[in-house]
Amino acid sequence: MTSVAVTAQTAGKRAAADAARRRARRAIGGAQRRPGRLTYALLGIVLLISIFPLYFTLLLGSSDPVEIAKNAVPQWLPDGSLFDQFATVISSTQINFWKALANSLIISTVTSLSVVFFSTLAGYAFAKLRFRGRGPLLVFTIATMAVPVQLGVIPLYILMSDIGWVGKIQAVILPAMAAAFGVFWMTQYLSEALPYELIEAARVDGASMFRTFRSVALPAARPAAFMLGLFWFVQQWTMYFWPSIVLNNTNPTLTLVVQSLQANYFVDYSLVMGGIFLVTLPLLVLFAVVGKQLVAGIMAGAVKG
Amino acid sequence: MAVLSPTQSAPRRDGPAPRPPRRVGFSQRLGRWDVKVSPYLYVSPFFVLFAITGLFPLVYTAYVSVHDWNLLGGQGDFVGLQNYAEVLGQPVFWKSLANTFSIFVLSSIPQVILAITIAALLDQNLRAATFWRMGVLVPYVVAPVAVSMIFGRMFADQYGLINELLGIVGIDPVGWHSDRLASHVAIATMVNFRWTGYNALIFLAAMQAVPRELYEAAVIDGAGRVRQFFSVTVPQIRATVIFVVITSTIGGLQIFDEVRMFDATGLGGPDKDWMTTVVYLYDVAWGNQKDFGRASAVAWLLFVLVVGIGMVNFLVTRRISTSDGRRAKVSRRQTRAVVAHARAAAAAAPPPAGAAPGGPPGAADAPTPHRTTPGEDR
Repeated sequence: MTSVAVTAQTAGKRAAADAARRRARRAIGGAQRRPGRLTYALLGIVLLISIFPLYFTLLLGSSDPVEIAKNAVPQWLPDGSLFDQFATVISSTQINFWKALANSLIISTVTSLSVVFFSTLAGYAFAKLRFRGRGPLLVFTIATMAVPVQLGVIPLYILMSDIGWVGKIQAVILPAMAAAFGVFWMTQYLSEALPYELIEAARVDGASMFRTFRSVALPAARPAAFMLGLFWFVQQWTMYFWPSIVLNNTNPTLTLVVQSLQANYFVDYSLVMGGIFLVTLPLLVLFAVVGKQLVAGIMAGAVKG
Repeated sequence: MAVLSPTQSAPRRDGPAPRPPRRVGFSQRLGRWDVKVSPYLYVSPFFVLFAITGLFPLVYTAYVSVHDWNLLGGQGDFVGLQNYAEVLGQPVFWKSLANTFSIFVLSSIPQVILAITIAALLDQNLRAATFWRMGVLVPYVVAPVAVSMIFGRMFADQYGLINELLGIVGIDPVGWHSDRLASHVAIATMVNFRWTGYNALIFLAAMQAVPRELYEAAVIDGAGRVRQFFSVTVPQIRATVIFVVITSTIGGLQIFDEVRMFDATGLGGPDKDWMTTVVYLYDVAWGNQKDFGRASAVAWLLFVLVVGIGMVNFLVTRRISTSDGRRAKVSRRQTRAVVAHARAAAAAAPPPAGAAPGGPPGAADAPTPHRTTPGEDR
């Protein structure tokens, strides 16, 4: 279960109390004994399947290409030759690894910050302020979430090419700077987590509208904003479709590095796999640090339900 | 409501001061303007950006689709529906549609079943629960292109891991890159790998919202674990199942990354046996033809298809949630659960295809609109 503390953070005190009560009831009801070994064994298999493909890249990365061509699993433990592959990938002139890493970092960071800021701003307005057209605008926002805007790539490409942005990362950043679901998410969160009394108090104290937003709404939105930013970061980091169209290998993202590995070194599988692990590594590190919050974010909705 | 009243600085004077003159000061007028205009300023960045990068391209796609339009040459003559006629006359287009549906079915159905099973395993009083939950989410942080490259190797026709494993149980090697259905299974496996754990967490969240009293009642009625699962858990999380199916539909019809990395050329094999419609679109626009007009026609056809299926989904969902209305308590809870999951999943869910600008399709199909302005509950 999500810890009560996390629940309190994400869903407010009431939900936390509910969760605590539910947990207590579980204990009393006795329906929730510790599960048996079979459960752990099955989960272990699931975990193995989740992790194995990544481990597999390490294995292939440590093996000789000739061996890979002859054996499904050339060896069972990775070894030091893995680092040779890393070094080759990093120093390859065809790959532009550092540039790709920097580009991915910039794109993911800038778009996450922007999505979080604009979504919080709009979510605050939708949740707590009254203005003409609020209802229709919100319904419109939600409706757009069901629309596959990805299919507008051709005019988007024409647009980017007209303003000379093809091949530049601005072309990837701009379309990802706002997200309908982010607005929806923050609206939902703030309408529950931010009491009107706080806003009123700030207004009575003479705070301007923006000051109220900054000093009252922004702090209240922090937990949800963090999760939103995290999701957007992962999403942008792993995105391929649009970058593959509008960027090229001289100014790539990390997902394009995977593509050029495929194109340039498809015969040398150990190099390809070493490179793929290298490309995946930054997000794995991020996941190790904030994976708990990512899990909590995905599950946050139901705790409130 | 106090929020809406303009700021008034109360005069702080001792003694019976004369009433301040009834003059609307500059700061007061500014304050009123602030209150009136601020909400629009706050929502406008989103709408402006969405208009430029989402709405305009989508509408303009229709415009491009009725013109001769070339990647290099730019806009040409108005040709009416000719591009559509050409696209619909191409066997490759129909083949790509069939491939898309086949891969979609192969990825969504096993995925939902597996995810529910994993969620049921996780929905127990586990030791180190967070560890297991994080474990199933690991594939989610691996980029689909990387997943595709790794699985492309495991599904190699010769000396691939999967074929070797099949050999151990005495099954002949499968031509993952030559047999049409086999290639669809391989690609669907990549999609499933990345999304099953993610969806399992959504189902887990739904399962934890099921009132424990129902299980207690089931136990009293003599139901075993399996019976509890099918008679209590599954009906209770039905709304979430529908929601997950809807989101995976929107994404599943736009599979691109996995196909691009499945072989060296990335265009669905020599006979286009695993080319999806979005890959076809890409090929028409940026491949050999460089025909933006025709590609736009493909985009628009696919758009209509996705939205159409979304609408059907929505109607089905609404019917199901309406029929729940007779069992008042359950239905309200379920509706709330759907909103909650819409929220959670919308936030988290880029569609399996790996999304592009403008953000992932989210929860709009779920019966959310009546909860869109929760502030009014107060």
